Amino acid sequence: MNSTSPIGQPLPRVDGRLKVTGQAKYAAEFEIPGLLHGSVVNSTIARGRVRRIDTTAAEAVAGVVLVLTHENRPPVASYDEPYQDDDAADGSPFRPLYNDRVLYSGQPLALVVAESLELARYAGSLVRIEYDVEPHQTDLAAVREQAHPAPEEVPSRGDFEAAYRGAPLQIDHEYGTPIEHHNPMEPHASTVHYQPGDELIIHDKTQGVQNCMRYVEGVFGLEGKVQVHSPFVGGAFGSGLRPQYQLPLAVMAALKLKRSVRVVLKRQQMFTFGYRPRTLQRLAIGFSPNGRLEALHHGSLGQTSRFEDFTEHEVEWSGALYACDNVQLEYRLGSLDVYTPIDMRAPGAAIGVYALEAAMDEVAYAAAIDPLQLRLRNYTEINGNQGKPYSSKELCACYEQGAERFGWSRRPLEARSMRDGHELIGWGMATGVWEAMQMPASAKACLAADGRLIVSSATADIGTGTYTVMTQIAASALGLPMDRVEFRLGDSRFAQAPLEGGSATVSSVGSAVHQACVGLREKILDAAQQSPASPFTGASLDDVAFEDGELVLKREPARRVPLTQLIQTSGTLEAEASVKPGDEREKYATGTHSAIFVEVRVDEALGTVRVTRVVSAVAAGKVINPKTAASQILGGVVWGIGMALHEETWTDHRLGRYMNHNLAEYHVPVNADIHDIDVFFVEEQDSVVNDLGSKGVGEIGIVGVAAAVANAIYHATGKRVRDLPITPDKLL
Amino acid sequence: MNPFSYARPASVDDAVKLAGPDARFIAGGTNLLDLMKENVLRPRQLIDITHLPLREVAASGNGGLRVGALVSNADLAWHPEVEARYPLLSQAILAGASGQLRNMATTGGNLLQRTRCWYFYDTGTPCNKREPGSGCGARDGVNRMNAILGASDACVAVHPSDMCVALAALKATVHVQGRQGAREIAFADFHRLPGDEPQRDNVLADDELITAIELPAEGFATHYRYLKVRERASYAFALVSVAVALEMDGDTVRQAHVALGGVAHKPWRREEAEALLVGQRADDTHFAAAADALLAGAQPLAYNAFKVELARRAIIRALDEAARGVTR
Repeated sequence: MNSTSPIGQPLPRVDGRLKVTGQAKYAAEFEIPGLLHGSVVNSTIARGRVRRIDTTAAEAVAGVVLVLTHENRPPVASYDEPYQDDDAADGSPFRPLYNDRVLYSGQPLALVVAESLELARYAGSLVRIEYDVEPHQTDLAAVREQAHPAPEEVPSRGDFEAAYRGAPLQIDHEYGTPIEHHNPMEPHASTVHYQPGDELIIHDKTQGVQNCMRYVEGVFGLEGKVQVHSPFVGGAFGSGLRPQYQLPLAVMAALKLKRSVRVVLKRQQMFTFGYRPRTLQRLAIGFSPNGRLEALHHGSLGQTSRFEDFTEHEVEWSGALYACDNVQLEYRLGSLDVYTPIDMRAPGAAIGVYALEAAMDEVAYAAAIDPLQLRLRNYTEINGNQGKPYSSKELCACYEQGAERFGWSRRPLEARSMRDGHELIGWGMATGVWEAMQMPASAKACLAADGRLIVSSATADIGTGTYTVMTQIAASALGLPMDRVEFRLGDSRFAQAPLEGGSATVSSVGSAVHQACVGLREKILDAAQQSPASPFTGASLDDVAFEDGELVLKREPARRVPLTQLIQTSGTLEAEASVKPGDEREKYATGTHSAIFVEVRVDEALGTVRVTRVVSAVAAGKVINPKTAASQILGGVVWGIGMALHEETWTDHRLGRYMNHNLAEYHVPVNADIHDIDVFFVEEQDSVVNDLGSKGVGEIGIVGVAAAVANAIYHATGKRVRDLPITPDKLL
Repeated sequence: MNPFSYARPASVDDAVKLAGPDARFIAGGTNLLDLMKENVLRPRQLIDITHLPLREVAASGNGGLRVGALVSNADLAWHPEVEARYPLLSQAILAGASGQLRNMATTGGNLLQRTRCWYFYDTGTPCNKREPGSGCGARDGVNRMNAILGASDACVAVHPSDMCVALAALKATVHVQGRQGAREIAFADFHRLPGDEPQRDNVLADDELITAIELPAEGFATHYRYLKVRERASYAFALVSVAVALEMDGDTVRQAHVALGGVAHKPWRREEAEALLVGQRADDTHFAAAADALLAGAQPLAYNAFKVELARRAIIRALDEAARGVTR
């Protein structure tokens, strides 16, 4: 990487113009002549059987082509395996329109297909469904006693019970987090372009085109006949990690009618599949008067469906983040008549670290220690779960620089010590942590005849900036200006890529892109050496540089050939690379870390909270693009504020049904809720995580924010609200 | 959305001739279209009134202001006469919805907003307001946003408007026209409590169209406050809201109008509560007495007991700020 390398530059998004001019097409925007439109009819009961579906009135509507139900759908696989996608939970995946069983309220029971969306929706309102209703249970708190261990090993160490009993000071509290739904701006949609011979070209909203391709091929027996495209995704946050039901429904209709079909979910239906599970968590901590942790128990009860056991890393963070010799972790699941949860932004960490960091704040007050000092006192460079050192962990720099920017040293220790008129002011902080994963990935690099570099991989850009950072990595590797490089993604025919999730795309796909470009360097040098009078004869890759679109002999920089000239004689050059995590990673724990400092103002009489200042200091290795990375963190912080104060899906447990399923009543922060947010990255060198030294920033931004807000509210008011969200009624 | 016919009458007379139980007038459509898309309302005919000459804001005979039914919420909030003489109304309008919605929504339509009760909106659940006789899902359901005052066994919905709370405190008059002619309805009499007929939000007959809202001469431009408590800073319906209009003589209250939003099927006023303030010192003792009288008999539900105390505190705060002239 030379001095003009685009890596580390805060470049604007390469796809920005396409997006703001409406040229970026999303799954529901692909027009096909003769396209039909499907509208889904969902169950109104939570458990039972469909006794009868009366579709006569719907079918009588002019323009309605088909009403698809479990009784007339095309054949589908009868074993679980084809349904088990790359992100499947343990168990037996949901099969849309498979039989008459109703497993949850909102389950798709029919698809009305018509000449227009409006007709399909109207006809859907005429479908009459009779049920045999069975008793249901949707309340996690009601099944505490029946909960079972999660199918996931959680590490423990030392002797918690004895150490807790022997500790001079103890806290023991329960923390609750509600169901949350992803609600990306773009609803889930699939447009199935039917080709003769049951070949399907599918435009789907997804975080994994190859995952959806395999799913459709397997469920419908269409091996080798399916392409899935997803060039642009209007937000997903995890909701696109698994194929959602609109995809198989659209495919069923297309196969049955041998026509192209589109199915778009409406906002209310965005509450009828995966979500962040409700949890009830217990933190019991024994500690010394100087705040050292002696014993720590973190138990979580999460909800899941009756057909799958959804697991995520909720409690492990408590065994990793601080030094403590006696750690007991426990993770149980309660099965309910609901759909299976799915990963949502920092799955597990967002809620598990909330509970841990809120509990740490309680320890700080009990020991009368500044909350930041408490974290420093229990600092460790070792991940205690694994007994391994971190490949890098600049969390101390986050604490120090974040505290400095925030002005933390001026914080009075006592709660309720700052006031301005009707408002109490409080300052709180928390730590954030996420994994730095890498997964096997491939990419292909191609130097085209016009001298442009085309790099591709079957990954996704869910608004995170994948297009931009991959272009930067490729441009840097071959010394090309950004505008001569094009990165392509979202096509199942491209080189293998993992699901776009877990903050692992730069680490995984970015490494493959880099490696493919390194492979292309060899091909280019080889091509340059073909002519008899080549100045590069005998040169190795170490002897040459790729600069400003030219191949340069390092010892005689005047000897240089433009790549555009080389390609004239050589023809198109290509290289493909597959990259796996390096063996060196095995010796280390890897992670990203952050420190969050928050100021709140609480109108005590009315219970309203304003988050007036946030400082988020992040350590995530080498940041490829500080602009898109900071946007990721900003979005995470905003979501963390929403998690602390606003977000909650309410269930009517008598009906077993979500009741605030629209964006007027399901509250996320609006602009007026968001004030000053200061995001920055600290320097962090890491040669272990991958060749780029980059860790990914999709998740870390949200982790810890809700705890910092809750802790600031305690500092302001002296009230400890442990059940999120902290709405006005809880502060009265 | 069900099939419907569409008409665009040229006059108010023509409009009311077309009206009937299966027809709906449409102006801004900010609520009606949503309800049609969700299949909550299924009118057979839409009568587009947007071309009727009802967009004027003009002085009324008695020194007040007459606001045409089609004046947009945004235009009304920012109208110089309203800002200067009825700032309570401006404040209330701007506390509601969003800029885009206020640009489309009309004065008359604001009065006719349907409740935001979660059960009314979800056709998969029972609701007496949507389908009379089907039962009330909210009474024993998730009723956090529902009524604490004036509800019935059949319905615990609340009226969602902010503007109407201010109009109640300002004692506006609603002008309507039907096939039998025009009539005036005092604002307090316009919306109704649910009783046994929760499907009826107000006293309008099927053939009646709101043509104007008339504001009285007294606008309480010095001592007023619209205080809305909600779960986020914008674009959320009120947990509770309070509109206060006071006439002060030094520290003494000469005239007091107080209306609550978010607590009942209509903007909630009680003259006996207001009377407790008149002639009294503007202090917390009298404010609390008025608040208690206004909230007397409150019957909270499983999830909304907090509203009683929250409303009490909000009333005291709003009265205090109005009396001191803290307008914000």
